[in-house]
Amino acid sequence: MRSQALPGGRAASAPILGHDTEPTIFEMSVAGRSAFQLRTTGVPATSLDELVPSEHRNPEVIALAEVSERDLVGHFTRLSHRQFSVDLGAYPLGSCTMKYNPKFCDAIAADPGLNSVHPGAPAELVQGWLELLVTLEEKLCVITGMSAATLQPAAGAAGELTGLLLMRAYHEANGDARKRVLIPDSAHGTNPASVTLGGYEVTTIPSNERGLVDLEALKAALGPDVAGIMLTNPNTLGLFEEEITEIATAVHDVGGLLYYDGANLNAILGVVRPGDMGFDIVHMNLHKTFATPHGGGGPGAGPVAVSARLADFLPGPKATRGVGGAFEWSTPSSSIGRVHGWHGNAMVLARALAYIDVHGGDGLKRVAQHAVLNANWLRHRLRDTLPAAYDRVCMHECVLSASNLKSKYGVRGLDVAKALLEEGFHSPTVYFPLIVDEALMFEPTETESLQTLESLAEAIERIAQRAIDDPEALRHAPQSTPVSRVDEARAARHLISTEDAAGR
Amino acid sequence: MVAKFLPRLFLFPSYERQSDVADYLPHTTEDLEEMLGFLGMDSLEQLFAHIPAAVRLTQGLDLEPGQTEPDVAEVFARYTRANKAQATNLTCFAGAGAYDHEVPAVVKMLGSRSEFVTAYTPYQPEVAQGVLQAIFEYQTVVSRLSGLPIANASLYDGATALVEALNMASGANGRSKMVISSGVHPHWRQVARTFARGTGHDIVEVPLVDGVTNWGSVDVSGASAIVASYPNYLGVLEDLSVAKSLATSHDALFVLGADPVAAGVLKTAGQWGADVFVGEGQPFGTPLAFGGPYLGLFACTLDQIRRLPGRIVGETVDSNDRRSFVTTLRAREQDIRREKATSNVCTNQTLMAVTAAIQLGWLGTNGLREVATRCAQGAHFLCDEALKIDGVTAASSQPFFREFALRLTRNATEVLSRMAGDGVLGGLAVSALTGGDDVSVHSGIENVLLVTVTERRTREQIEHYVDVLRKAVNS
Repeated sequence: MRSQALPGGRAASAPILGHDTEPTIFEMSVAGRSAFQLRTTGVPATSLDELVPSEHRNPEVIALAEVSERDLVGHFTRLSHRQFSVDLGAYPLGSCTMKYNPKFCDAIAADPGLNSVHPGAPAELVQGWLELLVTLEEKLCVITGMSAATLQPAAGAAGELTGLLLMRAYHEANGDARKRVLIPDSAHGTNPASVTLGGYEVTTIPSNERGLVDLEALKAALGPDVAGIMLTNPNTLGLFEEEITEIATAVHDVGGLLYYDGANLNAILGVVRPGDMGFDIVHMNLHKTFATPHGGGGPGAGPVAVSARLADFLPGPKATRGVGGAFEWSTPSSSIGRVHGWHGNAMVLARALAYIDVHGGDGLKRVAQHAVLNANWLRHRLRDTLPAAYDRVCMHECVLSASNLKSKYGVRGLDVAKALLEEGFHSPTVYFPLIVDEALMFEPTETESLQTLESLAEAIERIAQRAIDDPEALRHAPQSTPVSRVDEARAARHLISTEDAAGR
Repeated sequence: MVAKFLPRLFLFPSYERQSDVADYLPHTTEDLEEMLGFLGMDSLEQLFAHIPAAVRLTQGLDLEPGQTEPDVAEVFARYTRANKAQATNLTCFAGAGAYDHEVPAVVKMLGSRSEFVTAYTPYQPEVAQGVLQAIFEYQTVVSRLSGLPIANASLYDGATALVEALNMASGANGRSKMVISSGVHPHWRQVARTFARGTGHDIVEVPLVDGVTNWGSVDVSGASAIVASYPNYLGVLEDLSVAKSLATSHDALFVLGADPVAAGVLKTAGQWGADVFVGEGQPFGTPLAFGGPYLGLFACTLDQIRRLPGRIVGETVDSNDRRSFVTTLRAREQDIRREKATSNVCTNQTLMAVTAAIQLGWLGTNGLREVATRCAQGAHFLCDEALKIDGVTAASSQPFFREFALRLTRNATEVLSRMAGDGVLGGLAVSALTGGDDVSVHSGIENVLLVTVTERRTREQIEHYVDVLRKAVNS
């Protein structure tokens, strides 16, 4: 290592190690305590009995927790201390792109000039929002090489389903709804689930020995009933589909469309564009590629961009440049309709635009380059410890395999992932893609430093040594975390999903 | 003098900043060289050499170069200045699922703790007890407010929660006819129609008469779900026993979209006999935010649990017998069940769910009742005053809760425009919500104005509203 600097992304010193159970807020509740304070309005305090007919009134009082503000703050602060996060340490959870989320973008979204605006206000009163949305749409089209986009879908899976409905609308407009959508066996689970909801049947295409779509199998599966193919490129193995042009030609030759799952778009920003590869429909996960915070599992945003021949089918209404310089809402001529209650996850959209503007075209390319560099460095660094499933240049993530640890010492990929938590790092994605034995999918992201990567690699080497020295202990890792391994079977067998079901 | 500073010059050798743009990347030039050297490469471009040259970009992206944060902030300041409808400029009387409720500093601060904000889906429960327990507490309050035992960990918004409810119904009984009251929010109905393109659901919308669903006007036979809204989008409190008995007699699921704030004092979905409750959770701690991210509330009866969409958190113990929380019943989900999953939902709206749990912790039993009551008091006070204006009548004679529709003698969009000039966002034009004619309003829909009052509106603001409305309608 060039310098003596210590890693910035290792969380082993963080006070996330409390062992006492945090009571639920309901267990802390004491009748008569309260925290709320409301505005003094001077509105006549007419009895509810006079305003609402009795047959509509709940005869019972709905009990919520009754706590002081101090106890509320204590409770949720302690809960936050039992939670790993990107701000705490490196989070190499493959496929999820847990990169650093710039605080500036959060500050942009906290501005009342954006976040106190009612979504139903007339267009003349929300010109700034409309301009922001139009600008974002235009930039996303530049980045993906597409013609037009909808910003409504609230997450990647919502974007997928929207894209499939666009595919359906396009084929139906040509008098030919078609039946099947092709999906590689390495695809995310959302792909097949979305295909079903789009009214299509899934045909699974096997991967070849290089981890890529088997072109011959693909051609054999093609036919006039194929509506299209959904591809992630780079795919979920972190590998670029090198025969993409041949795939595109084959699918287009039977009248099918190419759907680009943008889960891994962050790997190719400024390097290659889905539109130039022949894709017709592209969804983006703004929370991944453009670093909006993942919120513990959302909100995301999943805009869908399309080529010119699909633009008229996009959801509406959408913000557009009107004549005379004003912005307005308009609905494309053959729109499939709304896919969100309002205009999409607007605050996520604003953050993404701020991120794009800070980076610019040059910065976005560096994002992809450094993400790919980090993943390849880690893959190569660990080549003797956890060999890659496909050992060649990868993109933004690498799928390593713990199959040798399993066969030699009975230590599974899950055990390695769990032990990593004790080392101050979040686990990689485990057991995905399904086609790799004991898969450990690492996505270090571009915002982790060389020192942090080295520290991560050393932690994995220590775990591999533990697998030799004391595999039994490894199977019980982690122990220093807020809880140890949990009984998932019990949770499913005796479902307790509320305080009331717990009988407390 | 010069000699005195020489040692410092040696300590800090020449520093030349290459660019004003810092883009959050930690790699120094030396790091890049070392890392590329380790890989046997001499340029970053080499990492992409396996991508066919034919599809690779030769120029960079056609975007402006990166700018510094303060420079980008100036661009955004231009956007915010052009948003005349921000709450500090226009007093908000608009609702339709998006309400201007009090969000106190304590909820904003706790909800923006970076441990909640910058985590992802709790796949590793050992280090995700914070989010998992907060979701468990959220599920508890959604269950209590809905009067139904099972609540999921959140969906995107109210509209998409309705779509999931329809999918649950067709999964339960194998039918595809969805009978939906036109009292359901127009956007929700539009979203349901969009997704029906894929599922093949037959959406039957039931007209309103005087703001009340005229269930008898449509053929309900063979229905998979009967869908109503409480209050309906025009604010009316309908007698839901009609919808419930229809659902029972046709063996359909009764799906109820309900205002979760009103649920603080009104009968719950469970008390009305609903099988599924869906709602828009924005009122619980989420700002107006131009429509998103919001929060899709979803709860159901026990017998639908295997068809539940999205995630659910359950309580269990760890290997040291300590209480723990974990996502459970995972076999329904897309990453395991793939094309046979109950839903394609992966990322949901967890941060909004956590925020809702915090907000409801802040409100407590009495706070929620107080908010609901004050909304109703303000709405009725404003309605009574507005109806004294010549040219303003009630669009429905039915009881309402916190929102109501007024019929004006002139175009509601024009009236809103005039009111904005006097500092008031006077509500929403119903025709803008419906996108034109709709079976929820019989005639003259363009003259109907939807008005809401939250606990944040003072008597002074309401009286100003009435003055401004009078002027806008009659001048």
